[in-house]
Amino acid sequence: MNPPAAAAPRIVFDQVSVSFDTTSGPLKVVEDVSFSIADREFVSIIGPSGCGKTTMMNIVAGFVAPSGGNVLLDGKPVGGPGPERGVIFQEYGVFPWLTVAQNIGFGLGLNANRLPAGEKAAIVQRYMGLMGLVDFADAYPKTLSGGMRQRLALARAYAVKPQFLLMDEPFGALDAQTRSNMQDLLLDVLAAERKTVMLITHSVEEAIYLASKIIVVTARPSRIRAVIDIPFPYPRDESLHERPEFGALRSQIRELVMQEYAAQQRQSIKHPVSNPG
Amino acid sequence: MLNILFIVPFGNRINTISETARVRRIGLILTPWLLLLAVWYAVALSGLVNPSLMPTPHQVAARFWELLKGGRLPLDIWMSTQRVFLGVALGTLLAVPVGFLLGWYRELRSFVDPLINFFRALPPIALIPLVVVYFGIGEPAKVVILFYASFFAGVIVMYEGIAQISPIYVRVARTLGATDLEIFGKVIVPLAVPHILTALRVSLGVAWATLVASELVAAQQGLGALIQNAGSFFQLDIIYVGIICIGFIALGMDLALRAASRRMVAWQDRIGT
Repeated sequence: MNPPAAAAPRIVFDQVSVSFDTTSGPLKVVEDVSFSIADREFVSIIGPSGCGKTTMMNIVAGFVAPSGGNVLLDGKPVGGPGPERGVIFQEYGVFPWLTVAQNIGFGLGLNANRLPAGEKAAIVQRYMGLMGLVDFADAYPKTLSGGMRQRLALARAYAVKPQFLLMDEPFGALDAQTRSNMQDLLLDVLAAERKTVMLITHSVEEAIYLASKIIVVTARPSRIRAVIDIPFPYPRDESLHERPEFGALRSQIRELVMQEYAAQQRQSIKHPVSNPG
Repeated sequence: MLNILFIVPFGNRINTISETARVRRIGLILTPWLLLLAVWYAVALSGLVNPSLMPTPHQVAARFWELLKGGRLPLDIWMSTQRVFLGVALGTLLAVPVGFLLGWYRELRSFVDPLINFFRALPPIALIPLVVVYFGIGEPAKVVILFYASFFAGVIVMYEGIAQISPIYVRVARTLGATDLEIFGKVIVPLAVPHILTALRVSLGVAWATLVASELVAAQQGLGALIQNAGSFFQLDIIYVGIICIGFIALGMDLALRAASRRMVAWQDRIGT
């Protein structure tokens, strides 16, 4: 799993700071954050809600530019969004006017990733199979459950063969059972086609179960509180939850997160500001 | 108005409904109309209103048939429908791009919005003298009034709809590699279609409601002209015929447009279907 130390990191945060202009003055959401993500590493960023984790993902996705420092993607500063970085949003963002098959094929119809028609159909078919959506090829998203919509979003992102997968609370809106199924599905899909992954979550359990490295960030403004390597090899399965090492890690990380959560609470009572995400 | 009056609480599951349910459905649709007819008869026959001021439904029906056979009514209907179509077509044609720009560019909206509401509030009838001065008394004058009414009704529906489009779809498309042009053609346009259809429906309703005013401009033919002429000769039954025709034609068009939009935007999540 862990790449050789010599391999160049794919994503680098170098003393990154972000502040937003609000009506009550500038609001610092990320402060002096430095870390890197190696090739095919699965990094989970965890911290209290509203602390600036999403902003960190949005920088990599190309939606937000850092106010200070640099974010490098394969050694180059991040420009705008692009198809080599697949993004999964909490609110799915599946296109309601397209069927399941058309949603998956959407990216393949764009000039940036255009393919011969036969190849396109084969790719759509492949991801419908992988995500268990074959029976719903011609259904509109309005008829799908939350879990299926998120599978569709994942299939659509995968179809354009991104090298990076950026996920912002992807399973946050799902019920516990569906969420657990989605985590297993994600592990299966990643086992089939490995990507370099950045996952934003506030579930400690989810972060440990999925990631190879966890970065705990502080209450706003986000600074790095701890970087924790998760030693469990892939493939992983549900039995991991029962392991004593898993429990120990969970307690350790939960403790850190709870402290930051409390700090965030105190902060928002003192300075009620609109949540920048 | 129409869309408020004619919200029918059944959707597009017609083919799964049994025969008895279908009969019940037709009964449900007819009931308010029959009630209306009964009230009309009751008022006309009760003696509360002077009989010469209140024709009965069958008198109006007889007059309808007479005008229809005589060829006057088909011509009136044709002239009015044609004017409404032209006014709505031109009004919507302009309302769609303008509404689109206003919905998309919030800064633009903040200072154009008061202007639009200013003009929208002006009753078309108040503009007639000016329309006559600038456009004469021919067909263009009548169409201009309908255009005015359709445009301002349509543009508001359009920009409110566009402004509500969730930015998430644009973001997703960008992460998949879409260019601005692709985002416009493949994301914004499909999302705008339902709003265009609603704008069209609202414009059509408003245009029919403005028809009589537009035909105040020296119209010889048209349902509005029919009503006004009948008014000068105190032919109450003809006034009723004209009013009922306007109502039914507008209703028919609205139903047709709704059926068409149900097919065109089958993907939409609707309340009550």
